[in-house]
Amino acid sequence: MNRFLIPLVAFLVLVVFLAIGLSLDPREVPSPLIDKPAPGFRLAQLRDSGKTLAVEELRGQVWLLNVWASWCAPCLEEHPRLLELSQARTVPIVGLNYKDSRDAALKWLAKHGDPYSTIVTDPDGRVGIEYGVYGVPETFVIDRHGIIRYKHIGPLTAEALQGAILPLVRRLQT
Amino acid sequence: MTPELGHFSLIVALTIACLQAGLPLAGAARGNVAWMQVARPAAQAQFLLVALAFGCLAWSFVNNDFSVLNVASNSNSSLPWYYRLAATWGSHEGSLLLWVLMLSGWMCAVSLASRHLPLAMVARILGVMALISIGFLLFMLLTSNPFERLLPPAPDGRDLNPLLQDPGMVIHPPMLYMGYVGFSVAFAFSIAALLGGQLDATWARWSRPWTTMAWVFLTVGIALGSWWAYYELGWGGWWFWDPVENASFMPWLTGTALIHSLAVTEKRGGFRAWTVLLAIITFSLSLLGTFLVRSGVLTSVHAFATDPARGIFILVFLVLVIGASLSLFAWRAPRVGLGGQFGLVSRESALLANNVLLLVAAATVMLGTLYPLFLDALNLGKISVGPPYFEAVFVPLMAPAVFLMGIGPLAKWKQATLPELAVRLRWALAVALVTAALLPLTLGKWTPMIAFGLLLALWLTASGVANLWERLTQLSMAGGAAPLSYLKQLPRGYYGMLLAHFGVAVFVTGVTLVRGYETEKDVRMVTGDSVEVGGYRFRLDGLVGVKGPNYDATRGIVGVFKGERRTGTMQPEKRIYHVQQMPMTEAAIDTGFTRDLYVSLGEPLGGGAWVVRVYHKPFVDWIWGGAFLMGLGGILAVSDRRYRLARRAAQAIPAAAGAARA
Repeated sequence: MNRFLIPLVAFLVLVVFLAIGLSLDPREVPSPLIDKPAPGFRLAQLRDSGKTLAVEELRGQVWLLNVWASWCAPCLEEHPRLLELSQARTVPIVGLNYKDSRDAALKWLAKHGDPYSTIVTDPDGRVGIEYGVYGVPETFVIDRHGIIRYKHIGPLTAEALQGAILPLVRRLQT
Repeated sequence: MTPELGHFSLIVALTIACLQAGLPLAGAARGNVAWMQVARPAAQAQFLLVALAFGCLAWSFVNNDFSVLNVASNSNSSLPWYYRLAATWGSHEGSLLLWVLMLSGWMCAVSLASRHLPLAMVARILGVMALISIGFLLFMLLTSNPFERLLPPAPDGRDLNPLLQDPGMVIHPPMLYMGYVGFSVAFAFSIAALLGGQLDATWARWSRPWTTMAWVFLTVGIALGSWWAYYELGWGGWWFWDPVENASFMPWLTGTALIHSLAVTEKRGGFRAWTVLLAIITFSLSLLGTFLVRSGVLTSVHAFATDPARGIFILVFLVLVIGASLSLFAWRAPRVGLGGQFGLVSRESALLANNVLLLVAAATVMLGTLYPLFLDALNLGKISVGPPYFEAVFVPLMAPAVFLMGIGPLAKWKQATLPELAVRLRWALAVALVTAALLPLTLGKWTPMIAFGLLLALWLTASGVANLWERLTQLSMAGGAAPLSYLKQLPRGYYGMLLAHFGVAVFVTGVTLVRGYETEKDVRMVTGDSVEVGGYRFRLDGLVGVKGPNYDATRGIVGVFKGERRTGTMQPEKRIYHVQQMPMTEAAIDTGFTRDLYVSLGEPLGGGAWVVRVYHKPFVDWIWGGAFLMGLGGILAVSDRRYRLARRAAQAIPAAAGAARA
């Protein structure tokens, strides 16, 4: 074969990768915690700061962990869907109030509605770090044995709920 | 009205570009002189029209016309006028217009300075450049129109990104683009040569000055970007192997190979396929860089518009331009012919090795830059590739290249012998070895890396001096006068080479010494606290609030002492720009020939305490000084007498006329 064709062939291979690259999002980082146990924590509850909640106490049921904050605009976007979900009583939603102040959080819930079965506070974000949270909101699906099965980054969309999260929850619950 | 005038100019320029591409290229293929003669005036007209469009955009910026979307997104009425002007090219759309302006500028220059080239060649060169221009103009007009209106107009603008409100940032893009776009000339020369089947020493001599000038601009542009990062980002770093930095460095590496390969083609008629391929690759890398920055394919602090739709357009454009040129190369290169034979030890060999090493270096940089994309596309996970990879791979490739830089200029063309070279270079090597071994001891610390870096730099310098001395003594023995009196007789091209290579030595020295000897401390300070770094004492004397034209700042007053003597005051600032509410660090730098002192404010810790970063960076300015010397060497080389052919051609015509009469 003509050795002068090598540059062209190499270029075409490169183009294939670049074309694929256009459809990918380099900023989307998948979670390394999928299928690993949810990191343990014992945090103070938002509504009653005298009480705490530990991850172990949630064993035996499938549950969602929703990371949110009063200062987070996209959280407001997904909030109606969370409210609907909690009214349908499909799966308990535990809120992780991330890098927020108690007053601001309570005010926000009073204004927009409260879909959470329990809310714990993570004011300095340490538990968030353990869970690999790098933006707000994020939602985790955790099964009966405390294993993380799914992580959704960004506000919950109807497609994500109907297409991925709810089917997974139903499967884990049986 | 003005924005519409600018928009209309671009459309007309596109039409002219189509004429400039179609008629001359067809004319060159068919021998139609009239069609070929369209090329020069078309190029000049295109330049005027694009300059007019650029002027319209600049006018809109300087006059705060917030009914233009680009102005509203990138400017603000409280922005000083020079930054309003710079904001013209501070956005994706504006920078594209700058790109096209530079392209039409180079086209116009080629049309004016090519009187002595055959018409068919000029027609092909300008035709190819026009094809590129069509691509960029279409891209702008279809997807990235800088003149798009915002109606109703915004009351004020979103302000220029504070990172760009800086003199270094103003000049870095124009320099860089002059380099990128300048390589389109070498590219066009190569395509023209492949199309015409004419690839000889004359062709090489014509391409050389253009290519070297583009290389000079790219060198300066990259150096400015690095220097800017150093003084602006507040961390004292000057190169991060960021994808967009790499996107500028890859064409520089292959461009360096190109200018050296052209030397062989000019002097010995060899390396023709190499030269053409390198010209195509270098410009392709410039275009690839454009793609990477604007398509969202890679994450980078530099990335402009991350818009996959625009990415598709550029990718298609890339495939057409690069695919077509590499296909043409595959088809025509076998016919381009071989140059003279050369021995295993010869200047040609050294330059061949140089070509290969630089090309492999560029390939490894490309591999590292695109590796995350490759893995993600193959679903093998998400990784990032950083300095550890690049440094581990790049330095071992460059070290032999630098070593060869000392030998190449001394080696004879066609055939040289190792023992002879060794004899001529023995003093240079000895001086370099001894100095490199001992110097680190006097500077305070000896490590193998420091000694090795110094060895390379000293070897380059010593072999350059040996080369110069040898030539002077040869002339002296032939002519009878003292060696130094022949300094004026040596060609500028030669001095350009010496200076540029010396610039590399200075650069290597700077990098080696800064890496080896820099010290830093990050400390919490309140007023009155002191910290010792690099033999100096830095005392935070106070903190004041400062109001700028479009920002508020906290300024630290830091007294600098050497022993008991106060040597100066440094005033780092932390600014918050009003409109974008973005905090910016303005480091205080005390620049010196042998060291920089660098103080920047980090974060406020409450209670009047701040994190303060203090650095002592020995010889860091030699990094950019070396790059600047490289550029100067290039300019010197371009100004060599043999390129000023007007004189020679004028002398040739009477001689030919005389011969015709006789």
